[in-house]
Amino acid sequence: MEGVSVREAYGKALLELGMENHDVVVLDADLSRSTMTAFFAREFPERFFECGIAEQNMIGIAAGMAASGKIPFASTFAVFIPGRCFDQVRMSIAQPGLNVKLVTTHGGLSVGEDGTSHQSIEDLSLICSLPGFNVIVPADAIETTEAVKAAAATLGPFYIRLCRPKLPLVYGEDYQFKLGKAVTMKQGGDATIIAIGLMVRAALEAARELEREGIYCRVLNMSTLKPIDEAAIVQAAAETGAIVTAEEHLQHGGLGSLVAQVVAQNKPVPMEFIAIKDTYAKSGKPSELLERYGLTEKDIERGVKSALKRKR
Amino acid sequence: MAMKSLPEMGGSKTTSATSAEAEVFSLSASVAEMEAMAKKLRRHIVTMVGKAGSGHPGGSLSAVEIVTALYFKLLHHKPLDPQWPDRDRFILSKGHAAPLLYAVLAECGYFPVKELLTLRQMDSRLQGHTDRTITPGVEMSSGSLGQGLSFALGAALAGRIDGQGYRVYVLLGDGECNEGQVWEAAMATSHYNVDSLTAVVDNNGQQIDGWNCDVMGLDPFAGKWQAFGWKVIEVDGHSIPRLIEAFKEAQKVKGQPTVIIAHTVKGKGVSFMENNPDFHGTAPNNMELELALKELE
Repeated sequence: MEGVSVREAYGKALLELGMENHDVVVLDADLSRSTMTAFFAREFPERFFECGIAEQNMIGIAAGMAASGKIPFASTFAVFIPGRCFDQVRMSIAQPGLNVKLVTTHGGLSVGEDGTSHQSIEDLSLICSLPGFNVIVPADAIETTEAVKAAAATLGPFYIRLCRPKLPLVYGEDYQFKLGKAVTMKQGGDATIIAIGLMVRAALEAARELEREGIYCRVLNMSTLKPIDEAAIVQAAAETGAIVTAEEHLQHGGLGSLVAQVVAQNKPVPMEFIAIKDTYAKSGKPSELLERYGLTEKDIERGVKSALKRKR
Repeated sequence: MAMKSLPEMGGSKTTSATSAEAEVFSLSASVAEMEAMAKKLRRHIVTMVGKAGSGHPGGSLSAVEIVTALYFKLLHHKPLDPQWPDRDRFILSKGHAAPLLYAVLAECGYFPVKELLTLRQMDSRLQGHTDRTITPGVEMSSGSLGQGLSFALGAALAGRIDGQGYRVYVLLGDGECNEGQVWEAAMATSHYNVDSLTAVVDNNGQQIDGWNCDVMGLDPFAGKWQAFGWKVIEVDGHSIPRLIEAFKEAQKVKGQPTVIIAHTVKGKGVSFMENNPDFHGTAPNNMELELALKELE
C-alpha cells in the first residue's frame, strides 16, 4: 500500500508533545522501534520507560504515573493491549478513569505475514466494553497526529489503534479532529457507509464505483468509536435509509455492533457489516488477507447493494 | 499516658483544606500508643466486617501493625489534603484488606470514624474493595490481586522524574505473589534502581484455599526477591518497634528497592480467627463478633 506511515505520525506527534509538555511520559514493551516511540526515547530518555516484554506491568506503571500527575502514553501491538492485560486496563485505568493514553500499532489483519497470533481482531470489542474509555481509530497519518494531540489534551483514558501499513492520505493538512464527531467524507442520499481506519479509503473508493451505477453513498469516518457520534448515525439512517459498516475487526463487538445498537434503538434501517466473520485468519500479504476475509472496496459495494435491496 | 492525643492527631474533622492550610499528620505517637491503636483498629475491623455481614477479616487483622507503624510513624501525609503532591504514598495492593485501610484512614482523620459502619453498603464511600475515586486517602482501586507493585512503581518513577522526595510503600499479600505481574514489577523496580519504594509482604502463610505451601509454594521466598535484585529484610510483622526499624533501614538502602517480609499470623488478635483460612473471606456472626470484641478489650 502506498501512502504515509501512521506509526511514524504517532512517533513524531509524541516528540512534539514531549517538547510542549514535560508531564508527557512514554512507555513501551520492547517494541519501541515498531511503535515508533523510539523517536521520543532518543530525545527524552529520562521520560521514556522501557518495560520489557511485560505488558501487565507496563499498564500498572502507567496508571501509577497518571495518578501522580503524569500523562503516560503506553504502546505496544494492538494484539497485546488490551488482550494481554485486560484486567490491568480494567482495574488500574478504566475503573479509576486515570489519564493514561494507550496507543497500539499493528492492529487488524493488515499486520500480514506474522499471522493469527499478531492479528488483533478483537481489541476494539474489548476496549469499547470498558466504561469511560475513549476509543479512536484514525484513517490516515494526519488524523493520527490530530488524535494523539487530542488525547493528550483531554483528561481521561484513551485507546488509539493504528495499523502497520502506510495509508494513503484521506485528509489535508488543515484537518481538525474533533473527539466524538464523525466526519462526512462524501455526501450522498441512497445509503451510508460508515468506516474506520484503513477501511475509510476503501469506503471512498466503493462509493466512487457505485456512483457510476447511479448509487450515491454518504461516507462517514467514525474515527471516534467511543463515545460514538449517535447523532450522525441517526441522521444517516433517517436520510439515507441503509447503512453499511466497514472495519478491520471481527464483526462482533466493534464498529458494526456499536452502530447497530444506535440504529436499532433510534431509526431501524437495513444494515450490512463488512468485517471479519467469526474466524481467525492466517499468514499472508495484507492485500491478500483483506481480500480473503472480505474487507475490500468490492465487499463494501456488495454490502451496499444488499442493504439497498432491503431498503423500503 | 497520652492515649487521648491519638484521635486529636487527625481528629474527626473532614472539612477540606488546601495544601497550604492542611497540616502534616503528627508522627509523634509512642510505641504504647501505637499498640493501643492497633488494638483499636482490630476492633474496628471485626465490627465493620461483622456489621457488613461479609468481608475479609483474616488478612486485615494480620497487617494491622504494619499499617499502624506506617500511618503513625513513617508516612508524611495530610488527612485533610489527601492529594497533597508531596505525600508519601501507601498503596494497598491486597485490596481485600480494605477494612484495615479504612479503619486507619478514619483514625487519622480522612473521614469520620462512624462512617466505618457503612462498609459495603449501597452508596457507601467504603466499597468492598478499595476504590480510589470515592474514598479520601485511598491511592489505588484494588481487589484484583497482583497490580499494586506496578502501580507503586509508576508513582515512584513519577516522583523521581520531578525530583520529588516522597516515598512509596506498597502492601502485598504472600498469596498475591502467585501472580506473575508481581514478578514483572519486581524485575522492573530493580531494573530502574528505585530505592524510594518499599514493598511489604504480609506473610501470614495462608490464602483462600489453605496454606501457601499447599496451594502454591513460594519458597525460597526471600531468595526469590533477592534474585530479582531486592534488599530483603525479614521481621516480626506484629512488632511495631521491629517494623519501624525495618522501614528506617529500608530508607537508607540506595540504588535498589527493599522488600520487608513481615511474618504475621492470619486473623491475629482473635483466637478463633488465627491461622484459620475460614476467616479469610467470612464475616463473624453476632456471637463470634461479641467474642472477638471481648478478646480485643
